[in-house]
Amino acid sequence: FDETCLCCGYNWVLRLLLYLLRLICTTTAVQKRNVGASGPEKYTEAFIKKQIEEFNLGKRHLANMMGEDPETFTQEDIDRAIAYLFPSGLFDKRARPLMKHPTEVFPEQRKIQWGEDGRPFHFLFYTGKQSYYSLMHVSMLFKNICDILNRNLAGSRWLTKIELEEMLLEKVSDNDYSRFIQLLQKLATLPCADIEEKYIQKFSKEVPAQLQKVVIEPLQHDERGVAFSTGEGKRKTARATAVVYDNGTGRITVNGIDILHYFPVLQDREQLLFPFQFLGRIGKHDMVCTVSGGGRSAQAGAIRLASAKALRSFVTEKEVEFMRQAGLLTVDPRVKERKKPGQEGPRRKFTWKKR
Amino acid sequence: MERYPATKGGGRGATATAPGRARPAPQEAESAADLPPLLLLHRPRALRRARSMALPRLLRAAAPRLYSTVPAPAPAPAPAGNRPRADDDKLLTEPLSHPDFFSVKELFTLKDLFDARVHLGHKKGCRHRFMEPYIFGCRLDQDIIDLDQTMQHLQLALNFTAHVAYRGGIILFVSRRRQFCHLVESTARACGEYAHTRYWQGGLLTNAHIQFGPGVRLPDLLIFLNTLNNVFEPHVAIRDAAKMNIPTVGVVDTNCNPCLITYPIPGNDDSPAAVELYCKLFRMTIIRAKDKRRQSEAVEELQRKAQGK
Repeated sequence: FDETCLCCGYNWVLRLLLYLLRLICTTTAVQKRNVGASGPEKYTEAFIKKQIEEFNLGKRHLANMMGEDPETFTQEDIDRAIAYLFPSGLFDKRARPLMKHPTEVFPEQRKIQWGEDGRPFHFLFYTGKQSYYSLMHVSMLFKNICDILNRNLAGSRWLTKIELEEMLLEKVSDNDYSRFIQLLQKLATLPCADIEEKYIQKFSKEVPAQLQKVVIEPLQHDERGVAFSTGEGKRKTARATAVVYDNGTGRITVNGIDILHYFPVLQDREQLLFPFQFLGRIGKHDMVCTVSGGGRSAQAGAIRLASAKALRSFVTEKEVEFMRQAGLLTVDPRVKERKKPGQEGPRRKFTWKKR
Repeated sequence: MERYPATKGGGRGATATAPGRARPAPQEAESAADLPPLLLLHRPRALRRARSMALPRLLRAAAPRLYSTVPAPAPAPAPAGNRPRADDDKLLTEPLSHPDFFSVKELFTLKDLFDARVHLGHKKGCRHRFMEPYIFGCRLDQDIIDLDQTMQHLQLALNFTAHVAYRGGIILFVSRRRQFCHLVESTARACGEYAHTRYWQGGLLTNAHIQFGPGVRLPDLLIFLNTLNNVFEPHVAIRDAAKMNIPTVGVVDTNCNPCLITYPIPGNDDSPAAVELYCKLFRMTIIRAKDKRRQSEAVEELQRKAQGK
């Protein structure tokens, strides 16, 4: 690459780079608003065609510059080449230089709506929102001929307003959108045949199951054959892991130190024993924990949560539910609140002086 | 009431009357449909030609508010496949010489209208003053519309619609009743014409160049299946069509204002049976007119080929 520079002169490379720069869009034209819907076309067909030609030409130039084969130069190669030639430290990925096919950069536009004799193509052209109203018209048509109900709405959601705008290439007002959703809901509740199912599915999207069933790990056994289970817990900045062994005598060790020495205060020791006391298994388990971070109370709380999680494996589902309701399995979300400017602390204001 | 300019001979003279100036209204609904259609049907070509000539400046001087600042687009080049138009074009002038070229009279009878309950109006309290000439009488407080007059008006209106469709005009069906919105849209679709049964945006006709884009073609005829909108006021499109010199055909009930409508049809607009009848009649006339046009063109094509040989 450097040799070609020296041979052909710096100007040639500079001109090539400038040409590429023109092609590259420094800001993505893919805005959040759907530009394709905002009115009669801003990008003519001729303009888009020219952009595509320029893009293809620039792609070949880029391939040559990078020393690769222009025929097999894919979009990923282009991205890598651009990142190499125009390194950018900007945080927002969308603000960095990019070179993509014009159809991805310029959003789809509506073409001229009427023929040579002036007659519009669509029969609802004069309403102004032909795609939206034709959608309403067709949905009404289905509504009038529906038959048998069979619809499971649990795992799906309707299209959002922005998705509908993208589909129709027209602006849709909030009122129109809500009317459309009402119509679809009525359509869905009515008895519907299979064909209508397919039509409705065009406007609904699958929602991934949000509920993640919490999996309780089964008991493991160590070399001696003793059943044990591990759990992790946290509280404020303290992180703890606990290993609870079966057939124990109630000895608890924290970071290799006995709890009596590690937690001199009674309150902390009570916190540790709470899960066992709740389940009535005080002298039956041994526990070995490791904890780091936080203070005295935070570490105690973290170990408590870890041990409760570990104990789930030893216990029936009903008792797990009882533990959950007692608050033993919930992470305590309270953390230190930040100090605000103009105040002395998170809540405390500066002393008010009358004069 | 404004009528459209009568510029015979295609408005070739430079002294063509400006569309803004009103002509004395021709007599209403006389014997046959010869006079009004002749006057009105020359409007599209006359206006288009007149516009391309010295008229724009005249118009802007005389009535600056009538036309927008967007200059009128140059007359569209003749679409590919159309024969060159001579002024004494037989295809266009021949239908005008017959009173009922498309025989619309045979599409309906008085009994059909009666069975479809077209004669039933609203209660006496809802009566509009200007509908009194069309009302036959009042029974038990309900107005009965005179079906003889309805027959005449319907025949005129259907004849006019047929002529417009024959000349390839754009017909827009308008109705603001939710009950019949689907029916009207389906009718329009079946005819190959256009419908607007939704919320009417203010500048659709008057601000069309900005809303739709430059070079849009406005409808040549508006057909109202219901003249009132959802709040029982006259539809905005009646006034806008009058402003833009677009003829209108409308079914007027006893509580409607027939003033600005070019071809009113006094009749019931609330019963489904009546509205279905109107839709059927309009659909049949338009399809008939278009078929006739295609036939005439085919015949003419054959004749020219025979002559050419």
